[in-house]
Amino acid sequence: MAKRSIIPFGPQHPVLPEPVHLDLVLEDETVVGAIPSIGYIHRGLEKLVEKKDFKQYVYVAERVCGICSCGHGMGYCEAVEQVMEIEVPARARYLRTIWMEMSRVHSHLLWLGLLADAMGFESLFMESWRLREKILDMFDATTGGRIIFSVNCVGGTLKDMDRDMLAGICRAADEIEQEIHPVMETFLRDYSVQSRLKGLGVLKKDDAVLLGAVGPMLRASGEAYDVRMLGYEAYGDLDVEPVTAQDGDCYSRCRVRLYEILQSLRLIRQAAEKIPDGEIAVPVKGNPKGEYFARIEQPRGEAIYYVKGNGTKNLDRFRLRTPTTSNIPPMVELLKGCQLADVPLIILTIDPCISCTER
Amino acid sequence: MGKMSRSPWLLHYDASSCNGCDIEVLDCLTPKYDIERFGIINTGDPFQADILLITGGVNSQTEPVVKQLYSQMPSPKVVVAVGICACTGGVFKECYNIRGGIDTVIPVDVYVPGCAARPESIIDGVVKAVQILDQKRAAQNQEA
Amino acid sequence: MTDEKSVIRPVDKAEFLPAVIRLKKDRWRLAQICAVRIENGYEMSYSFCKEYQLVTLRLVTETEEPVPSITQIYPCAFLQENEAAELFGVPIEEVDPDYHHKLYRIDAETPFKEKG
Repeated sequence: MAKRSIIPFGPQHPVLPEPVHLDLVLEDETVVGAIPSIGYIHRGLEKLVEKKDFKQYVYVAERVCGICSCGHGMGYCEAVEQVMEIEVPARARYLRTIWMEMSRVHSHLLWLGLLADAMGFESLFMESWRLREKILDMFDATTGGRIIFSVNCVGGTLKDMDRDMLAGICRAADEIEQEIHPVMETFLRDYSVQSRLKGLGVLKKDDAVLLGAVGPMLRASGEAYDVRMLGYEAYGDLDVEPVTAQDGDCYSRCRVRLYEILQSLRLIRQAAEKIPDGEIAVPVKGNPKGEYFARIEQPRGEAIYYVKGNGTKNLDRFRLRTPTTSNIPPMVELLKGCQLADVPLIILTIDPCISCTER
Repeated sequence: MGKMSRSPWLLHYDASSCNGCDIEVLDCLTPKYDIERFGIINTGDPFQADILLITGGVNSQTEPVVKQLYSQMPSPKVVVAVGICACTGGVFKECYNIRGGIDTVIPVDVYVPGCAARPESIIDGVVKAVQILDQKRAAQNQEA
Repeated sequence: MTDEKSVIRPVDKAEFLPAVIRLKKDRWRLAQICAVRIENGYEMSYSFCKEYQLVTLRLVTETEEPVPSITQIYPCAFLQENEAAELFGVPIEEVDPDYHHKLYRIDAETPFKEKG
């Protein structure tokens, strides 16, 4: 008879930059159950809508998470704009799209680095993060911030890009595209990486849908669902196509994110080419009244922003359902039956963002 | 920076930050900023750490963790609060589940402001922490 | 851009669980659960996605009135239902697993129940 034991995992763990706690129920070396417990980063941000007015709250929404910051600001603005029926100028929609795709590249490169680090592949970690610095430099040049840069406002954007900045972004995109090839080759073809990732943590397509997986997690299982296809902001004018893989294992999730980087670089160049001239914001009058569910595709998957206004400057309710909230139930299922040594890798391949989840 | 008596080891903990400062702390270790050139290594083990970098405002779940990590570190030790949330609570100060800066729980030696704190200022804060570490060690040796 | 693929459908308590079961049979994905505090009660929104459509079931209940859990149908609902119970005090019945207000382990009791 196998010996049952419970191993606590986290909150402070070398593989996770953020605290999350799991109770792993083991039979010998095999995990038979996992009970997630969160709450280490819960701040109660949704409650702040009652204290800050709806325009100020953009800054709070951007600080839900430091990695997905741009998207959270954008999703919140999108929801408020829909409630107030504001038509955002075309140039602002393109600018948002460019910053959003740059965020996706930076987030995926960050994740690739963490994955390499979790496998003990230190040089690959450093190389991914070195590439990521190029994107951060462009954020710095266009907005003045590296990570949290507050460019969105209700009704448009706060900053504009001139022609040199757009050319600089395209140049950075070209450089990354060239230099990422050895990194991609290593992630996709290296023997030790393959032996670590292939066949590990398989999520079947039907399970992925019914367990509510989103983003690269869902697409790696073969379901072509990418909210960008809805055509919000400027995505309607660009060539977006969901990147999918079929196997649903850790290797597929890695592959989907790698190809999404290439896709995002393409979209950045395309948007920089097509961007129209004009205003970057429209004045906002009055207060929001009504409700709306806005969906956007964050680097980690579909995020839902619910806004309910009552005609005053403070919103009644703001609700954010982040991709990681949806990805935790399938992760718990994947952990059942895996080996203890594989737990960090499986947790990492859902690309958990705990500060998003707990808000 | 003058003479650096030895190579300090860092311990990083996220006490309910938004992740922004955390990835900047990690960024300090990567090729562009490369804090290792000062002989500094990031460790996951409090028993071997000299400098504790904390990000984010403390809440009631992270408070015991922060206190435990601090008590497990050998003396002399220096605490660096990274980011405005760790200094005062920042934008989250009014939240119901945020206590405020790290100094409401453990003594803080160096405050690094910013949202998110830039790698340059984090490195500056760490270099200041090394000086304080030297002073604390000198004082400890005198007592002994 | 208006999202015409998003609809909100009010349901009463008797129709609620059968409606969720029908959605599950048609392979809809649970997108989100949201509680809103209204006067003398709660407004629960359950959103489901299929392809690019989003359907939201809207259930309005009174403060002390128990809400059935959908974790028997969609097990992945446990996180968001526990959250609604802990932060809003929505009396959700038979959540599996039930964290009994220990998901976030916050000091403040049901902070979203009262305004301000």
